[in-house]
Amino acid sequence: MADTSNTATTDTAESPVTEQPGTTTAEENLVEGVRTDEARVAIPGMTQEGEKLATEHSAQAQDGEVEVSVAKKPAGNSRAERTASYDLADFPELTGREEDFRFTPLKRLKGLHAGELTGAAPAVTVSGPDLVTVETVGREDPRVGAAGIPEDRLSANAWAHFREATVVTIPQEAEVDETISVEIEGTHTEAAAQHVIVEAKPFSKARVVLRHSGTAVVSQNIEFIVGDSAQLTVVSLQEWQDEGTAHASAQHGKLGRDAHFKHVSVNLGGDIVRVTPAVRYTGPGGSVEMYGLTFVDDGQHLESRLFVDHSQPNCVSRVSYKSALQGRAAHGVWVGDVLIRPEAEGTDTYELNRNLILNDGPRMDSIPNLEIETGLIEGAGHASTTGQLDAEHLYYLMSRGIPEVEARRLVVRGFLFEILQQIEDEGIEARLRDVVEAELSNADH
Amino acid sequence: MSTLEIKDLNASVLLDDENSKQILKGVNITINSGEVHAIMGPNGSGKSTLASTIAGHPKFRVDSGEVLLDGENVLEMSVDERARAGLFLAMQYPVEIPGVTTSNFLRSAKTAIDGEAPSLRTWTKDVKAVAEQLKMDPTMIQRNVNEGFSGGEKKRMEIMQLELLRPKMALLDETDSGLDVDALRVVSDGVNRAKEENDLGVMLITHYNRILRYIKPDFVHVFNDGRIVEQGGPELAVTLEEEGYDKYVAAAR
Repeated sequence: MADTSNTATTDTAESPVTEQPGTTTAEENLVEGVRTDEARVAIPGMTQEGEKLATEHSAQAQDGEVEVSVAKKPAGNSRAERTASYDLADFPELTGREEDFRFTPLKRLKGLHAGELTGAAPAVTVSGPDLVTVETVGREDPRVGAAGIPEDRLSANAWAHFREATVVTIPQEAEVDETISVEIEGTHTEAAAQHVIVEAKPFSKARVVLRHSGTAVVSQNIEFIVGDSAQLTVVSLQEWQDEGTAHASAQHGKLGRDAHFKHVSVNLGGDIVRVTPAVRYTGPGGSVEMYGLTFVDDGQHLESRLFVDHSQPNCVSRVSYKSALQGRAAHGVWVGDVLIRPEAEGTDTYELNRNLILNDGPRMDSIPNLEIETGLIEGAGHASTTGQLDAEHLYYLMSRGIPEVEARRLVVRGFLFEILQQIEDEGIEARLRDVVEAELSNADH
Repeated sequence: MSTLEIKDLNASVLLDDENSKQILKGVNITINSGEVHAIMGPNGSGKSTLASTIAGHPKFRVDSGEVLLDGENVLEMSVDERARAGLFLAMQYPVEIPGVTTSNFLRSAKTAIDGEAPSLRTWTKDVKAVAEQLKMDPTMIQRNVNEGFSGGEKKRMEIMQLELLRPKMALLDETDSGLDVDALRVVSDGVNRAKEENDLGVMLITHYNRILRYIKPDFVHVFNDGRIVEQGGPELAVTLEEEGYDKYVAAAR
C-alpha cells in the first residue's frame, strides 16, 4: 500500500450548513430579521470583534445569502496572525517543528533558511516584445516590496540578502499576445538570494513564463503587481536538475481593483523545491485562478503552500492543484490556506487538490485550510483526495479493447495534462507534455 | 457468423472484501449473428448484472457456468481481451474521464480492436459521418470522454462507439433509459445500422417495450430473480406491456 497520510476526501460544499448545536436559535434576539446576539456575523456596517476566528457558530442567512459554518480553530493558529515582516530578525531560527515547516526537511535546504545567501543568483534572461521593459534595480527601488512581504524565514532570509532585483514591466493598456519569457538558469550550488518583480500596469494583458533550469541553491522572492483591471498570467516552471538543487520560492501576487491573476506552478525537477504562492487583493472585484502540477519522483521533496487572503469584497479565487507521485521516498506536500476576512463580503472561493499515487513508496500530505470570518459570502469550499487510479475509468477504457497498460497511460496523462492546458501556450504545453511523458516512462506508466 | 453462448451462468456481486450476494442463478441464452434478443424484466432482477458479468466488470464474480464466443471461453479473458474478441457493452451509466479527449479515446480503442491504427483520412471521415447520423454536436469529439455530456449524449456516444468499433456481439444495457422519443429513434437507427452492416448479434436489455418498436426483437426473454423465466417471440413483449411483470414476480416469491 502506498503511504498516503491523507486519503480522506473532504468536500465542504457551498450549500447551506445546518446550524451547530448549542447556538442560539434564529427566533431569538432578532431585530428586523437581523441577529443582535453574540452569534451574529457580519451585520452590514459592523465589524466582528478582533481579527481571529470566533468560536464555532453558524452565520445566519440574510436576504438569501449563503449560510456558512465557521470552523473552530485553536487560538493563535489563524493564518491572519502569522508573522509578516521584511526583517529577518522577526523570524526565529527554524527547528522544523513550526506548523509551516513541519513537512520540510530543513537539512536538505542547504542553509537557505539559516545561512548567509552570498552566492551569485541564477542568471535571469528576459525576452519578449519591445514594449515590455526590463530593468535591474537596487534594493531601494520603490517597487521592491510593493506586492510582497515575507511570511516565513526562507523568504525573509532571501529578502535580507538579495543585492539587486530584475523588474519586468508591462505598460498601461498594453495587450501582449506573445509570451514573455523569463529564463532563470542556475550554474552552481552556492546558496543565493534572488528577487524578481513583474508589474502589469492597469488595463494591460500579458502572459509571463518563469522557467527555472540548471542547478541552484536559491531562495527567491518574486512579486507580481497586477494593476487595476489588468490581466496577468504567470507560469512558474521548476525544471531544475534533480541532483543538488534546493529552491525556495515565495511568489507574492497583489491585485488591484477588478484585476485578474492566473498563476500556474509546474514542479518537476530539484531535490527539494518549496513554492509558496500568496495572493492579496487591494480592491474589490479581483479574481484569481491558481493551478499546479507537481510530479514527484524517487527521493524528491516538492512542496506547495498557497495562501489566498480575501480582504476585499466581491473577489473570487479558484485553486486547482494536482500531483502524481512515484517511487521510494517521493514526498509531495500541498497546503492551501484561504482566509476570508470580515470585510471580504461576497467572496467566492473554491480550492481543490487531487493526488495520484502511481506505485508503492510515495508519501503525500494534503491539507486545505479554510477560515471564514464573515457569513456574507457567495460560496466557499474545498476538496482534497489522494489515491490510486480510478478503477471505473480503467474498466471503461478496457471494455473498449484498450489494454490495461495503455488505459493507465491515458488516464494518468489525462489527469496531469488538464493542468497544462491552463498555460494556453501550445509550444510550452507540448514541451511539458514530453517532459511528463519521460517521467512516466521511467516507471512504466 | 458468430455465436455467443451463455451456459448455466451463476454470478455474485462483491459487496466488500468479505461479503457477496448471488445475483445470477443459472442463465442460459444463445445469440447468433444478426439476431436481436430482448431481455426484459423488473428492476433488480439481475439484467444489468448479466451484461456486466459478460463484459468482465470487477465488481462481479462468476461462480459457475460458461460464456463462449465462437467456442472461446470469454470468462478466462481480461476485460480488454473480451472487447478485442468482439464483445461490446453499451453501458447504462458511462463514466466521465477527465483529461482524455473523445477523439484520442476513440482512436486508441479502434487501434486496439483492429490491431493497427486506422488510416487517418478514412477514420476522420468515418467519425464525422457517424456523429452526423447520430445527430451529435461535432465539437464533442474535442471534449473529454463523456465530460459534461447530458444523459442522452452519453447514450449516443455509446452507440457511436458501437458503430465505429464494429463488434460481433453487442450488449445494450438499458440504452433506452432517459431518452426522449427523438433520441430513442436516433439511437435505435444506429443499432439497426450496426446490425445490417456488421451482422451484429444483439442482447438488448430493457425494462420497457418502447425501444422494441424501433429495434425489432427476434426473441424476447423474461428475466426475474437472476434467471430467464419465460421465452417467446416479439408478441411476448406486447403481452408484457399490457400485463407487466407482476405474475413473474409473484411466482418467484
